[in-house]
Amino acid sequence: MSEIAVSALSGAEASGLVTLREMGLQGMVTLRADLSKAASAVKTVTGADMPDRRAIRAGKAASVAWMSPDELLILCDHASADGIAAELTEALKGQHHLAVNVSDARAMFSLSGEAGVLKDVLAKITPADMAALAPGEMRRTRLQQAAGAIWLESEIEARVVCFRSVARYVFDLIAISARDGGAVGYH
Amino acid sequence: MLTLTCPYCGIAACETELTPGGEAHLTRFGPGSSDDDFEAYLFLRPNVRGVHFERWRHAMGCGKWFLAARDTATLEVFGTYPAQTTEPPEDIVAAIKAKRPDWEGRP
Amino acid sequence: MSTRLADGGRLIDRSRKVEFTFNGKRFSGHPGDTLASALMANGQRIVGRSFKYHRPRGIVASGAEEPNALVNLGQGARHEPNQRATTTELFDGLTATSQNHWPSLEWDIGEANAAIARFLPAGFYYKTFIHPRAFWKHVFEPFIRQSAGLGKAPDPKHTDPDRYEQFYVHVDVVVAGGGIAGLQAALEAGRAGAKVLLCEQTAHWGGRAPVDGVEIDGRPAEDWIADAVVELEAMENVHLRPRTMVAGVYDHGYVLAYERVSDHAPQDGVPRHRLWRIRTGQVISAIGAIERPLSFAGNDKPGVMLASAVRDYLVEYGVSPGDRTVVVTNNDDAYRTAIAIRRAGLDVPCIVDARPEANGPLPQEARALGIPVKTGTAIAGVKGIRGVVAVQLCKQAGEGAVTEDVICEAVAMSGGWSPAVHLWSHCGGKLTWDEAGAFFRPDPERPPTNQSGEGFVVCAGASDGALHAGEVMENASTAVGKALAAVGKETKGNPPAATAPDEAPLAPVWVMPQGAGIKKRAKMWLDFQNDVKVSDVQLAAREGYESVEHTKRYTTLGMATDQGKLSNINGLAILADTLNAPIPQVGTTTFRPPFTPISMGAIAGEARGEVFQPLRRTALHARHEEAGAEWEPVGQWRRPYCFPKPGEARRDAVNREITATRSSVGLLDASTLGKILVKGPDAGRFMDMLYTNMMSTLKPGRCRYGLMCSENGFLMDDGVVARLDEDTFLCHTTTGGADRIHAHMEDWLQCEWWDWKVYTANVTEQWAQIAVVGPKARDVLASLGGDIDLSQEALPFMAWAEGKLGRFDARVFRISFSGELSFEVAVPASQGLAFWDALMAAGQGHGITPYGTEALHVMRAEKGFIMIGDETDGTVIPQDLGLHWAISKKKDDYLGKRAQERSHMTDPERWQLVGLETLDGSVLPDGAYAVAEGENANGQRNTQGRVTSTYFSPTLGKGIAMGLVLHGPERMGEVLEFARTARDPEGNLRTVEARIVSPVFFDPEGEKQNV
Repeated sequence: MSEIAVSALSGAEASGLVTLREMGLQGMVTLRADLSKAASAVKTVTGADMPDRRAIRAGKAASVAWMSPDELLILCDHASADGIAAELTEALKGQHHLAVNVSDARAMFSLSGEAGVLKDVLAKITPADMAALAPGEMRRTRLQQAAGAIWLESEIEARVVCFRSVARYVFDLIAISARDGGAVGYH
Repeated sequence: MLTLTCPYCGIAACETELTPGGEAHLTRFGPGSSDDDFEAYLFLRPNVRGVHFERWRHAMGCGKWFLAARDTATLEVFGTYPAQTTEPPEDIVAAIKAKRPDWEGRP
Repeated sequence: MSTRLADGGRLIDRSRKVEFTFNGKRFSGHPGDTLASALMANGQRIVGRSFKYHRPRGIVASGAEEPNALVNLGQGARHEPNQRATTTELFDGLTATSQNHWPSLEWDIGEANAAIARFLPAGFYYKTFIHPRAFWKHVFEPFIRQSAGLGKAPDPKHTDPDRYEQFYVHVDVVVAGGGIAGLQAALEAGRAGAKVLLCEQTAHWGGRAPVDGVEIDGRPAEDWIADAVVELEAMENVHLRPRTMVAGVYDHGYVLAYERVSDHAPQDGVPRHRLWRIRTGQVISAIGAIERPLSFAGNDKPGVMLASAVRDYLVEYGVSPGDRTVVVTNNDDAYRTAIAIRRAGLDVPCIVDARPEANGPLPQEARALGIPVKTGTAIAGVKGIRGVVAVQLCKQAGEGAVTEDVICEAVAMSGGWSPAVHLWSHCGGKLTWDEAGAFFRPDPERPPTNQSGEGFVVCAGASDGALHAGEVMENASTAVGKALAAVGKETKGNPPAATAPDEAPLAPVWVMPQGAGIKKRAKMWLDFQNDVKVSDVQLAAREGYESVEHTKRYTTLGMATDQGKLSNINGLAILADTLNAPIPQVGTTTFRPPFTPISMGAIAGEARGEVFQPLRRTALHARHEEAGAEWEPVGQWRRPYCFPKPGEARRDAVNREITATRSSVGLLDASTLGKILVKGPDAGRFMDMLYTNMMSTLKPGRCRYGLMCSENGFLMDDGVVARLDEDTFLCHTTTGGADRIHAHMEDWLQCEWWDWKVYTANVTEQWAQIAVVGPKARDVLASLGGDIDLSQEALPFMAWAEGKLGRFDARVFRISFSGELSFEVAVPASQGLAFWDALMAAGQGHGITPYGTEALHVMRAEKGFIMIGDETDGTVIPQDLGLHWAISKKKDDYLGKRAQERSHMTDPERWQLVGLETLDGSVLPDGAYAVAEGENANGQRNTQGRVTSTYFSPTLGKGIAMGLVLHGPERMGEVLEFARTARDPEGNLRTVEARIVSPVFFDPEGEKQNV
């Protein structure tokens, strides 16, 4: 599949105050279900515990992010997304749910740099409180005029997810905000 | 610019992360209803100056609709709560009455 | 003449020089200078011209309240008008030009306006430019436009080359103002552990205290300030931001601050301005106070300055306004200026004090320095044309009989101080009149309130009315205590003691002398920038403009950049006096943000050029770009309108694309169409509510076209629904509809039918969708291979199948929006590009042709298919469009059903959809109305229909159209007249004739699509 599948920006990169990289093909599965009854299915399929509100948890096979009270986003290898969606459907048989591969609906970016600078750059494009964002929390918000989500993979690496159609917009937005000369020195 | 706390994800969201949805707690009138009832459901709004119940969607967030009790004149927010209710919950009503003792309930 | 003194100037670095130009003349200053101080140091007395009378104007103030020294800064693409010289930090290479004069600053023809000033009173424009009406276009408007506006707008051909950005932060406390009150507030808030953002609009901390000789804890204020800054900088929870002005305070603790990042040191790549978008628990306004001018005849002449400004220029920049400066005052504070001037070795011929006596420590000190103090005295007039050469004195109590002339080059005036209450007032904080100080101060009982209904702004120091240094620290400590309590913190308090000599009360003096006649009052300026005089406000009051807001607009008092800073209190005191009402009853005008103007660049932030707004691109965008697509914006999407070949006209490209598709095979990027999954045990029930037709009976593997209406009955979207399995539907929406319809679905599921077991997911962007259309479509797809049987038997019209097409994971929908044999193929977006390439290669032998939205539109119109947004406009119901077949009669309910039963919706007079064919084969104008007999009440022709879609059909070789027509379907064959936009030379309506026909122009039996 790799020879015919490409991500939104084919791994585009930019560097300035932080290093920005589109992360290429990324598997994603949306699960909508009564989360209070889906924990074991999620654990079986992904190896991850059910995340608390706004949390993102890593498992063996995948990471699981809380999107809303009845929605999870599962991050996995691009090639295994169909399998995970099918396994979830199987594990939740008899229970009202929706599991669907949405890997290609989004683009994912990695931003790496100094902890404070990372947050300074992000604080230029989102009204969310970057000072309050800790690793393990995923914040859904707006990235200026586009919807997106932000979390910290570590103190020095942030992840940003947006819809595929606005991948170029979000990439440019971050790259522009991270251009040298724009240091704020706040966070 | 308002901030409203989404009762689902707990975020004190900025107005720019939300979309408004008009008055809350409308009773739907469908086929078989009288012209007057249907007109009232679709068009007639009290447009209050003071305590108001309204719908908001955390559009740039968890995507959920929630309801807010707010003073349209002072913009004071008495509380937000999930949309799956036909009446404001008791704690919200109590919060309003504590701040607005003269409030006579929804028109 | 103003000049640089041999020594002094705590802010300037005399060891270095900075070169700049003003009106082309080369000048030099020192690092630390403002443009204003450097201009004064170079003896430049006239810096601009006033708005209405073009009177020469000199520098009045030393800060943001400066009304006169507004200059054009920069050149070419960096040209920017209306920049205050007083807040412009000097840098090497700065270029400035003065404004509002012609041909030159020193000699201005518009000054003639001044000669006829008495013919240009308040309201002159309103009264004059009314009759005759015909004069408006060619006489009045050009004249007003010529004289309107200060400064010169940037050349529209230039693009601003600078960088701007925005920055969002969340804090507990914003402290606005870095004077001693602000520093003390920040210290206490910081020590209490609050997250603090301290903003100071200038480059320096400490405000006026060092200039005014304040001592803190027995040490010079300067030392305490330096220590405070060191302590604050060491606190992790405190951020200090110099050159950052808190511009506005808004609802729920939203605050905008404007950081001038590199105005003082322009540098490529560094943002020029940064707009801070702050959410804060509390705002502490410590923005000080603004000194008021005095209203005496000639108070607008260059050389007449605020007393505090004279002191600032002396102490901060080592600049004097002249060798001899007369101080005129109604308070003790101005004596500091006299003392400072004398200490600098310059002459103060006298202090003119309107009060009957002046015996406080400061007046005594002045007398001890040998400065004559003339109490009970006023200025009767100012001599000099391009600047002060002498003042005439008189008794304050009298009418202005001159007692003596005093030779001087400058006048330092002080009418007392007004707390800067702007930030308190922006979001609704109310004011109370302070009788003793003759100013409005914040009323602590009526603060602006936040989302909890609690006050969220407190004022500290002079901003709260604590004008005397001795009160400031205690006041600031109390203020910060209040703010901290509101954010759940506590201060230990214990502020240091600030000391300064005691001051006797001021005497309110609104006109000088108090009995001045009309001739004098017509020379007393209230608003130097807009040329509003005491006499103008009095005239406005006499003419009935009794509300202060009306007076402001009638006279232009306090408009433009002033926003009530210098002119407010003086103006409304005059108004109150004229109305014979107390000042608090007259009230103030509204203080609106921003505090001082902020740049458009900062407001736009990064949103320019490529990221002006999100451009949504499909997975195939790059290929379309390579193919030279002309783009059509559809919402935020960009879709190819057509693919012109080099040298090919758009219309020819569209016709070629249609012909190729109808005769062989075309490709359309349909990825933008919405795709929403609806799944669950109640999905069928939900679909029956969403769509007007019956969806629950759709069989898995099949597709059905459906209509969606809003609850008020109007058609809002349409598209094909595919049933994926017993539990799951896939709803296709229009391009613009995906997000809206998904939100609509979720609205009903979350807010009305929350007990229904249905989940939705918007999977629009998961798929690249390509329509393969035309007689050869099956051949092209089949040649890719794979495991999907594409035959008519296995995959008939309105069926769908899933499997492999070549190497691609595909869903194939046999649906058609063109009337041709058509397969819409969805592949995961990541495979979209490769799939498009594979189709182009496979179709090469058939001349496969990509087509754009215009060809799509023409082909659907040839088939009589409606388009949301063309045939619908938010007032059209499906019944208007002859879509009765898609409205279930069996269902008890669906969204919009009840509304469609309302009398207006069932009215047989509603216009109905028909096809239209011009008799001459031409293309009807889009939106044209069919005229009917008679005229309406406005004298316009009655109408009986309107064109909703109109195109040239290359298939039929003529114009075709659809429209809504009164009783249309019953009038087949009838000819209507449609109005053209352009009338004939005699002004008569021109019309074009069209015949009512069936809207299906092509292949009415549907033979082509069903093969």
